[in-house]
Amino acid sequence: MKSRREFIKTTATGALLLGSQSKLGLASMLDQNAQHVANGKSRVVVARDAALHGQDGQLDEKRVLALLDRAIATYTGHDNPVTAWKQIVPMDKVIGLKTNGLGGKGISTHAALVMAVCERLQQAGVKPGNILVWDRNARDLQACGLTVSTDSSRIRVYGSDVAGFEDQPAAFGSAVNVKLAKILTRECDMVLNLPILKDHEMAGVTFSMKNMYGVVQRPNELHAAGCNPGVADLNCIPVVRHKVRFTIGDAMTSVYDGGPGFHPERLWQPNALIVGEDRVALDHTAWQMIERKRAEVGMPTLEGVGRPPRYIATAADPAHGLGVNDPKRIHLIEV
Amino acid sequence: MFQSKIMSLATATLVMAAAVTFIGCKKHQSDPFPASAAVAGWDKTSETRAFPSKDLWQYIDGDAEQYVSAGVVSTSTSDYKFQNQLEATLDVHTMGDAAGARKILETGTSDAKPVQLGDAGVQYAQSVIFRKGPYLVRIVAYESTPGTPQALLALAHGVEAKL
Repeated sequence: MKSRREFIKTTATGALLLGSQSKLGLASMLDQNAQHVANGKSRVVVARDAALHGQDGQLDEKRVLALLDRAIATYTGHDNPVTAWKQIVPMDKVIGLKTNGLGGKGISTHAALVMAVCERLQQAGVKPGNILVWDRNARDLQACGLTVSTDSSRIRVYGSDVAGFEDQPAAFGSAVNVKLAKILTRECDMVLNLPILKDHEMAGVTFSMKNMYGVVQRPNELHAAGCNPGVADLNCIPVVRHKVRFTIGDAMTSVYDGGPGFHPERLWQPNALIVGEDRVALDHTAWQMIERKRAEVGMPTLEGVGRPPRYIATAADPAHGLGVNDPKRIHLIEV
Repeated sequence: MFQSKIMSLATATLVMAAAVTFIGCKKHQSDPFPASAAVAGWDKTSETRAFPSKDLWQYIDGDAEQYVSAGVVSTSTSDYKFQNQLEATLDVHTMGDAAGARKILETGTSDAKPVQLGDAGVQYAQSVIFRKGPYLVRIVAYESTPGTPQALLALAHGVEAKL
């Protein structure tokens, strides 16, 4: 396993670039999912490694990569990581990786996960310059342990403070006057969503769909009524719905109360990745993980404290149709 | 003559009132962030950033609303490092009144250890929270070591002395 420094050095030269470019691996993946929809189930993989954190409390980067491989292999049915990734992303397009550094250092998408995804993308044939790691701003990226870079020959890492927002607002339902990040609208062809699992003071839970608040200029305007229907409406805006296709959720570290900021007294280590395409099923799964942890430590449910994540059911309703929240229609695979 | 005395008295009163106001303002506007080495072992490692209530979401989006509903006027924040190893963030929330600070402090800290700081304070293994008048102070460390609680308390006392 390369150290972070070695990894960045290597990606700068593109030395990890391997293989030929797939025409559109995503297409075959979507075909598979169409079958899943026909069967009435959305697939969600939860991959765990209890030894993910070393005795010093730090993430073991090698184990993170192995955990990612296990999650992706389980989801795609391909043991070879390169083959598996070719099923998920198109090789000749710009792939965005939307992180979440809002909570600050300690409760942001881990750099180890970002690096692992970047490594596999390159091995699958995506050019370094076609990988764009992004978030709201430099501060959020730094909170993830990432360094801003705009060099187009390397993996790019920058935020909307660099690229800006659209002047023309988008809208769906209650999400009106939404100015979207140009990184999403103009630069990325497809976005891999890399949220971090957290309790949320207003929304109840923040994970896959809620991470899209980081693609708008004024997310605070979507917080009314527990972010419901704000979260669902935002995810229905066509460019969000269609470009953000796959989630690799960071549940390696989480807060089960007091979020979305860093509250070390409420921190826990699920040591897991949650992956899938159905953002509603992913959020439902993530919510249940938070509830189980709260029950374990004797805390009331989110419903009990008046902030259940109602936006999840809203996202599943016919008006939104973003996915399924019925456990009977979620094919949960735990490995 | 009488009118002149009245005018002098009025002028003196105004100056005194202005002085009192100035002193009061100065007290409230003093920088609560200890400079590097002002508290043994602690260095201030970033500029202080300040957010008025309406922009607080830019710093703590999602958390901001609870502070706004408790009457926050502004929030200032800076990063610190202890003995060049332990990283921490210091937030000073200036609330509209002491009741607002009390409301935040009493939210979700019933399992914390009480500490003698300001009007009231609590401590966890990696954080210290206290209130003093309208101020609500939170210091969070990003690592838990045997020395973390003591180091955080020292910094908290340094902040308290400047409020």
